Amino acid sequence: MGEPGTKELLSLEELDAAVGLRTGRKHVLSILVENKSGVLTRIAGLFARRGFNIETLTVGPTEDEQIARITLTVDGALHPIDQVTKQLHKLINVLKIRDLEPAATVTRQLALFKIAAEGTARSELLEFCEVFRGHVVDVTKRSVVIEITGAEEKIEAFAQVARPYGLIEMMRTGEIAMGRGRGET
Amino acid sequence: MRAVDAVMECLKAEGVDVVFGLPGGANLPTYDAFYDAGIRHVLVRHEAGGGHAAEGYAKATGKVGVAFATSGPGATNVVTPIADAMMDSVPVVFFTGQVRTDLLGTDGFQEADTIGITMPIVKHSFMIQHPLELPRAIHEAFHIARTGRPGPVLIDIPVDLSRADIPYEPASDVSLPGYQPTIEGNQKQIRQAAKALAAAKRPVIYAGGGVINANAAAQLTEFATTDRFPVTCTLMGLGGFPGTHPQWLGMLGMHGTRTANYAMDAADLIVAVGARFDDRITGKLSEFAQHAKFIHIDVDPAEISKNVAAHIPIVGDARHILEKLIVEYRALEADSSRLGDWWKQIDAWRAEYPLRYDDSSDSEIKPQYMVEAIYAATGGDAVIVSDVGQHQMWTAQYYHFDNPRQWINSGGLGTMGFGLPAAMGAQVGRPDAVVCAISGDGSIQMNIQELATCAENKIPVKVFIMNNGYLGMVRQWQELFWDHRYSHVDMGEFPDFVKLAEAYGATGLRFTDKNTLVDDIRAAIATPGPVVVDVRVTREENTYPMIAPGAAARDMVG
Repeated sequence: MGEPGTKELLSLEELDAAVGLRTGRKHVLSILVENKSGVLTRIAGLFARRGFNIETLTVGPTEDEQIARITLTVDGALHPIDQVTKQLHKLINVLKIRDLEPAATVTRQLALFKIAAEGTARSELLEFCEVFRGHVVDVTKRSVVIEITGAEEKIEAFAQVARPYGLIEMMRTGEIAMGRGRGET
Repeated sequence: MRAVDAVMECLKAEGVDVVFGLPGGANLPTYDAFYDAGIRHVLVRHEAGGGHAAEGYAKATGKVGVAFATSGPGATNVVTPIADAMMDSVPVVFFTGQVRTDLLGTDGFQEADTIGITMPIVKHSFMIQHPLELPRAIHEAFHIARTGRPGPVLIDIPVDLSRADIPYEPASDVSLPGYQPTIEGNQKQIRQAAKALAAAKRPVIYAGGGVINANAAAQLTEFATTDRFPVTCTLMGLGGFPGTHPQWLGMLGMHGTRTANYAMDAADLIVAVGARFDDRITGKLSEFAQHAKFIHIDVDPAEISKNVAAHIPIVGDARHILEKLIVEYRALEADSSRLGDWWKQIDAWRAEYPLRYDDSSDSEIKPQYMVEAIYAATGGDAVIVSDVGQHQMWTAQYYHFDNPRQWINSGGLGTMGFGLPAAMGAQVGRPDAVVCAISGDGSIQMNIQELATCAENKIPVKVFIMNNGYLGMVRQWQELFWDHRYSHVDMGEFPDFVKLAEAYGATGLRFTDKNTLVDDIRAAIATPGPVVVDVRVTREENTYPMIAPGAAARDMVG
């Protein structure tokens, strides 16, 4: 590209702006960072200061101990995602960011439900647990604890089902996400 | 060797010839190393003065400035200079002391979470956790501060670690996998930009501080003159294009010229170079340059389409990109005559709306005239450092900067108290230049203690205080937007700046007559050593023209 271009003309009307669009959907950002102290604070601080809202957040080690992965979800209806990723890229400890395509991504959350489910209700609940491929991880006379993994929608669906049985408490992790196929996320 | 001696070796390896700072308990080992390190250390009277001095040095020389402060209050005192350097992209490395590692988190004496406090306002920071990390952190800090979009980097060193014994080897290359700024612009985009320029009938070049940081002033002028492209600069970009050039429209924005703002408003193509579409430039964003397409050249990709959507974004170093753009544009052999009507319009604006003020009094000094007199007395050649307020805007309007790094001020953060210490740092960096600080009677008092530093070190800055006895810009806003209710802006005639200057060991002068002002200023500049001049100006003068906050450019007043 060393040589100057041809003299063919261009009309200014042809030019379009790449606006910082709000996509209107949830975005899962998979961020590789240097595994150093304070990195999560830098990211959380950046979101707070720029007025971006984090919906879920998961931090964990990777196969390389120098590197950690942060998976966070952001609402693309509220924030221009390109501005979010560009600002993240400016952090020196951020190595790589992928805005995962929902169709090409496997996502999982894990949730624990503590439910009273006394008497006959309990066997009904356990049937639902089967349907959702959940596990019973703790049982007492007055409660069961059920573990569900899956995409966000599945966990929300189970929460709906469990509620009438006396939902005592629910805990959910953030989302982890991995690109489908052979390539690295 | 001691870790602190390694710090000195690192500074030398980075080419540091002078630092600004103030010692305290948590950086005593560092100061012990300064004792015979052979690096010039300027002892400031307040850490904020040191931080701003490092900024002034960096802006005047293009090199990285360095400031030292102790832990706790020393560190919090440099928070303002750090924020200032972040907003204006000034390369400064700040070294702060920290309490011993076994005291960290215990609310120890003079402990503050410096890394936490400064995290939102640094380009990067290093909390040293092991003495062996120090040399590498320092080299990385300098690299990060000076490359890409420059900015402040902080290194926080616990006092016990700085005393440790470490092996030191000269620096090897830094490796920062998460930091690789784009330098060369995309050739295809540059070509597209050239074609858009050739098609434009009402183009304007809008240049910002990025042109100064990239040392791209010569390229900007060459680019603008490949055709008759009109040029305007932001407050931070002044000097990036000659202020006496026929294609110069004046500064744009809130207190810019009508010509520059009207040209932006009517333009069909705007080339933003190293500028960030700040609210002081755009006014009401939805009505900003509605007819224009935008080419946006910036080294920081996050600036592109942040406030105004770019049609042709080009990420990279302004100097490299302008050089290529010049080649591409020349090859198109565009017909210059298409700009004839545009210049006719611009010349009509210029004729109708020059910068003007009423100067009919017999002897009273108008603040605008004060700046014109300094311009005349210095032949337009001085390094001018301003503080923040009305005097800053008048200086930007009436001192016609022909060269980059000749105009130093606090733009983004608007830090009163910046001027005197920054002028001091600029003078240290450019000992042969005439350095004038133009300040206000409000601003100057926010770091006036540095007069002692100037006197002690024979740093011959000439300080001109535009004294109207008010916090003038606030008074102007109260007059215009708050129904003349002058709430807490009258500062009276305090202090007596002449006596104060003398007490500090500087020369103190007072000028009150416009008829002798140019000669008086010449004499003040010829006086050896630091000089403080109390210039009494019209008390209630407003800075015009003005785009009211949130208004559109075409609705300028005054």
